[in-house]
Amino acid sequence: MKLLFERSVPGRKQAIFPELDVPEVAFDEGLLRQKAPRLPQMAEVDLGRHYTELAKQTHGVNDGFYPLGSCTMKYNPRVNEQVAALPGFTDIHPLQPEATVQGCLRAMHQLEGMLAEICGMDAMTLQPAAGAHGEYTGLLLIRAYHQHRGDTARTKIIVPDSAHGTNPASAVMAGFTVVAVPSNAEGGVDLDALRAAAGPDTAGLMLTNPNTLGLFDPSIVEICRIVHEAGGLCYYDGANLNAVMGHARPGDMGFDCVHVNLHKTFSTPHGGGGPGSGPVGCKEFLAPYLPGPRVVEGEDGACGFDQPEQSVGKVRSFYGNFLVAVRALAYILTLGREGIPEASASAVLNANYLAHMLAEAGYTLPYGERCMHEFVIDCGPLKAETGVSAMDVAKRLLDFGIHPPTMYFPLIVHEALMVEPTETEGRETLDEFVSMMERILDEAHTEGEKLHGAPFDCPIGRPDEVTAARKPHLRYEFGQEG
Amino acid sequence: MGSYIPETREGRADMLDAIVLQSPEDLYAVVPEGVRCGTLDLPEGLSEMEVVARLEGLASENVRFGTVLRGAGAYRHHIPAIVRTVTSKEEFLTAYTPYQAEISQGVLQSIFEYQTQICELTGMDVSNASVYDGATAAAEAVLMLRDRRRSEVVVAETVNPDVMAVIRTYCASRDVPVVTVPAADDLGVDLDALRAAVGSATAAVYVQSPNYLGIIEDMDGVVECAHASGAKVVMGFNPISLGILRSPGEYGADVAVAEGQPLGLPLGFGGPYLGIMATTKALMRKLPGRIVGETTDAEGRRAFVLTLQAREQHIRREKASSNICSNEALCAMTASVYLAAVGPEGLAQAARLSAGHAHYLAERLGELGFALRSDRSFFNEFLTTCPVDADQLVDALARHGILAGLPTHDGILWCATELNTRADIDRAVRVLKEVCDR
Repeated sequence: MKLLFERSVPGRKQAIFPELDVPEVAFDEGLLRQKAPRLPQMAEVDLGRHYTELAKQTHGVNDGFYPLGSCTMKYNPRVNEQVAALPGFTDIHPLQPEATVQGCLRAMHQLEGMLAEICGMDAMTLQPAAGAHGEYTGLLLIRAYHQHRGDTARTKIIVPDSAHGTNPASAVMAGFTVVAVPSNAEGGVDLDALRAAAGPDTAGLMLTNPNTLGLFDPSIVEICRIVHEAGGLCYYDGANLNAVMGHARPGDMGFDCVHVNLHKTFSTPHGGGGPGSGPVGCKEFLAPYLPGPRVVEGEDGACGFDQPEQSVGKVRSFYGNFLVAVRALAYILTLGREGIPEASASAVLNANYLAHMLAEAGYTLPYGERCMHEFVIDCGPLKAETGVSAMDVAKRLLDFGIHPPTMYFPLIVHEALMVEPTETEGRETLDEFVSMMERILDEAHTEGEKLHGAPFDCPIGRPDEVTAARKPHLRYEFGQEG
Repeated sequence: MGSYIPETREGRADMLDAIVLQSPEDLYAVVPEGVRCGTLDLPEGLSEMEVVARLEGLASENVRFGTVLRGAGAYRHHIPAIVRTVTSKEEFLTAYTPYQAEISQGVLQSIFEYQTQICELTGMDVSNASVYDGATAAAEAVLMLRDRRRSEVVVAETVNPDVMAVIRTYCASRDVPVVTVPAADDLGVDLDALRAAVGSATAAVYVQSPNYLGIIEDMDGVVECAHASGAKVVMGFNPISLGILRSPGEYGADVAVAEGQPLGLPLGFGGPYLGIMATTKALMRKLPGRIVGETTDAEGRRAFVLTLQAREQHIRREKASSNICSNEALCAMTASVYLAAVGPEGLAQAARLSAGHAHYLAERLGELGFALRSDRSFFNEFLTTCPVDADQLVDALARHGILAGLPTHDGILWCATELNTRADIDRAVRVLKEVCDR
């Protein structure tokens, strides 16, 4: 379909702004731009239709099942959107006097308290703008803690090989080097390898529990103990918190700090890649290092800002993605103390049901049928038998209006499809997915060659990614328009 | 209690049956007893009606100002109606990062269009798909310019203080020294001090124009000084100003960064906002974050994909150029719709109105004794002296529904946009006169 620039017609415009009601400023010639930006010139009707057409070529949670592992693509409640659009939130300047923003501060304070309770932490900050940003912030707390103790030899962060790619990348941004520890045969952390890795240079451990295989590590208490005994701290990557919220808390497992993803666990929309929000929580002894300003409630009940004494500094301007936080607050208020554990239990039930049905259908589950909120299918045996890969299975699913599971991750399963159904899908959706997966298995055995060409019913076929990277074409080149 | 679980309790019991489990508790059998938590100390769940009432209650505890004369990093501009219509489309709202290109062409094309618009606006060659906000854009930019020989960054003290704070945080964690350069008496960066600060170890010089106090910096001087020493220039800009003012590309900047909030995003108490980041072809592979590229499918149809992923964390892990993955995609789309709705002429008009209103406000304030603190050119923000007590002034204006400029630097930092019409400014000035006369 056409690009905005190909729809542009010189002279077309919309009457957005009035005429000048004051004298025009005469800037020096040298301060003025010489070449006008070639922005599209369009009537409102054409612009509206352009985006309606783009929307038709976009698959969101509202368009169908979205079992994208580790991304927790649960339904995004409408009421959250409604309250986040209240002018009493959207039209508030971040630098207004504190007395005029009590509603915003109270909303932040309430959400921080609820998240701290869910995570078993003592303090939270809403400043980080996404999960990876939260990881970075949490690691800064760990770094500051060791530095303030004069313990400067602790330069290494231990990360299991099943971890998200952001974990090692965040560790490097926070000034650490990374030590990878292998997983054991059951998919958990290899305790002997962890003992060998932990030592006087260990700053901390980053762990997702349940991990990216969807497995809760039963040795979690021992894992945290090993790291603590070596003098390190334990960081909980909250990407998979949707499995355990209301049942087990990172703080009780032994973790010292966490980040949570409001755009995963707490139902705020992903927006095609953001805005997210990655609040960070910590135990009391790390609270003095949190980014400032922090929201505090005074004895008179009024909220205000406070600067932590030994703060690691700011990681973002102002206070974080506030309007995302409003949505998460609405979500937690809706579910409440019974609804939170019920949501996670239903997410785990859906995943176990799906794992069972897909195993019955003939797919290989390398770590067995029992899982938490997600599980990994190994398409290795299928590929050996039929030549059909995890990629082929995923691409064929596109034809059925289903967003495929996460492909080729975690890296320790080579033909991985990582499936996370979430709690907001009914049984019939799961059954339909299973029947599509059965059909693909069937096709793999009868007409496997064909699947290499999937998808067949999408706006485009598989794009040539190699050429895209070798000869980058990253903007529209003017002169092509008709 | 509310719930978004479609399956009934009975249905869930049947599913448990199907997988040969007795009770929901069995699902958590693997979790050791010692780490299971009891009932959380949270309130009971609420119905939708109650949640709306609760949140409306909180929203009503905030004061909405009819007139906003404060900027300092967040700007209240008019948002065209079509912007919200487009960005609330549920396909865009509820999609994840477009990993599966075949069913994500809509989002991918919109990012490609955004990248093109940002290149046009800034005069740069390449834009990424966004980072978190203007401050993290500046921090990522100075860090991406380091190499084996050049490891220091130089930052003008005239930049937004939040941006300075975030640069300091990001640099401190990588042990990158930050050298700061003070302002001259005219509130622009001191070019002599800059010349002295930049040397053979300087990787990047960051200067924002218009700067925090509104002054249009001498970017020709900054670029010349940095490039003479072999350092690169990161220029912070105000996207509305580029409707009329010279672009980073026209100044010869190496990286252009901005807070994109003025392009259709509400104030929202500070977020979500939009980190704009664009650079030259030569530095393309150093740029952090998602980038969308054009290619074709097997039938030769135009297709858009996430590309140059060899820079990114999910491929490179600890060798990635940044850890960023989720960015501000929907905010980038917001900016893109905004720019398409206003067009080149509309953007120029928004800039002319903002500058015109600010200069009119400065003139009227001058009549009351609020003197401009610099005679340098400014865009839509400016610092004045404050002949009365600043807190009293803020309170008095607030009582009339006016958010005063920000008390800072022993004066007041004022701001105007197209929303502050002449009548609006005249009314604010009348109230101010009463305060001054009291």
